[in-house]
Amino acid sequence: MTAQRTPLYDEHVRLGAQMTNFSGWVMPLQYSSIREEHRAVREAVGLFDLSHMGELSVTDEHLAQRVVSRDLAKLRTGHAQYAMLCNERGGIIDDVLVYSMADGSHFLVVNAGNQDSDFDWVRSRAPSPLVGEGRGGGSRELVLNVGRDWALLGVQGPHAVALVQRLSDQDLSALRYYAFVEGKVAGVAAIISRTGYTGEDGFEIFCANRDAPGLWRTLLEEGDGDGIRPAGLGARDTLRLEAGLRLYGNDMDADTNPLEAGLDWTLSLDNDFIGRDAILRAREQGLTRVLAGLRMLDRSIPRHGYPVVNGAERVGVVTSGNVSFTLGYNIAMAYLPPALATVGARLGVDVRGTVAPAEVVALPFYKRPRPQ
Amino acid sequence: MPDLSAMRFSQSHEWVKREGDAATVGISEYAQSQLGDVIYLELPNVDQALEVGGRLGVIESVKAASDLYSPVAGQVSEVNQELKDHPEYVNQDPYGKGWIIKLRGVKDNPALLDQKAYDAFVQGQSGS
Repeated sequence: MTAQRTPLYDEHVRLGAQMTNFSGWVMPLQYSSIREEHRAVREAVGLFDLSHMGELSVTDEHLAQRVVSRDLAKLRTGHAQYAMLCNERGGIIDDVLVYSMADGSHFLVVNAGNQDSDFDWVRSRAPSPLVGEGRGGGSRELVLNVGRDWALLGVQGPHAVALVQRLSDQDLSALRYYAFVEGKVAGVAAIISRTGYTGEDGFEIFCANRDAPGLWRTLLEEGDGDGIRPAGLGARDTLRLEAGLRLYGNDMDADTNPLEAGLDWTLSLDNDFIGRDAILRAREQGLTRVLAGLRMLDRSIPRHGYPVVNGAERVGVVTSGNVSFTLGYNIAMAYLPPALATVGARLGVDVRGTVAPAEVVALPFYKRPRPQ
Repeated sequence: MPDLSAMRFSQSHEWVKREGDAATVGISEYAQSQLGDVIYLELPNVDQALEVGGRLGVIESVKAASDLYSPVAGQVSEVNQELKDHPEYVNQDPYGKGWIIKLRGVKDNPALLDQKAYDAFVQGQSGS
């Protein structure tokens, strides 16, 4: 299969990005330096192409409620929530953002590599027949796979709000975290969402594919004085790790339940969503592993798949690990037995045959300083 | 750009510069650009004997950990201690202060490439 290109592919090439294959898409890994792009997001503002992310539009409220782990009745129009899609065994099929739209539909932002499988799965859970009765009497699809119609730009960092505000017709300072509004940015019709995956304040801006290159260029030009830098998937990964944000496929998968992944807070267990019963059973039986943070006590770099040891015994595995540019030491997330996943516990990470000392620390590793 | 005419390159992207039977070893500009930000190096002990193609250490960038191979046979006489606190020197100045080890008792390796041949090899690899 040839890798798909986002509408911003030519922009990345023009900026000299090093491109990489990610979940079937050819994406910028870095433009200049992951370290510098990471720093720009923490200290100024970074611009990301997130157009590879998938989007599903679920027009049937009951279907949305059945597949999403949170109580959507409590999600007000104009707001978004982080939630899980689970299988019947309680395993995580995907982690998603659910947007409650003005027309009553739910817009699901899903991982690039899961877009088509998520769509098939949600559709397979729709009541029969697949095509329901529309309000106007005609037929309507209960779920639409619309990811390839949307471009998505991330503008993240302490200067993001001021930059996007200057270019928008909406009052964005009034937009709360995890709220969104439809409006214009640089003259382009967009959904402006105060969300992100970096641990910083900022926006994710959805627009039509054809408008994306112009919006991208305007943000880079107008953001010059704010210290904007285009940032690739490399910085996205080091940023999200510092912020303790899980990466699907690395830190969780269809054999991981949300309790193990430390995502209890994304579950409305009073709601009968798919996987709920299995999750309740798992809770009753007690967990055998939980995701924990590790701080390396030497300079070794923990990586995905490295064993975690307690003395001579292998007790867990690193799911994500890297340098923390912001904190100045190396960090990892790892699955550990609950008894060992206590802050301050001393463990080791087997780094290519040598045990490197590590200490269990609380997640997230990094929290942005709050204003005031 | 430093004068690379005295350097020889391996197909695993290390460079070596001979001075008598001593030599300095590092990684090429192309290698550092492909690795991206270097954050840690695992280096050999002084006096360790290295064969041609023998593993001399590990270089870690944000993206991945990669093995380093010795382009020549010899004995480690010095490792660049500066890289402990400044691994970024490998990115900033791969042919200068980003050198990695020095060797003594170095034997010739006729299989190494001169700069021109190495550049052609890199062109072929990057497909550009």
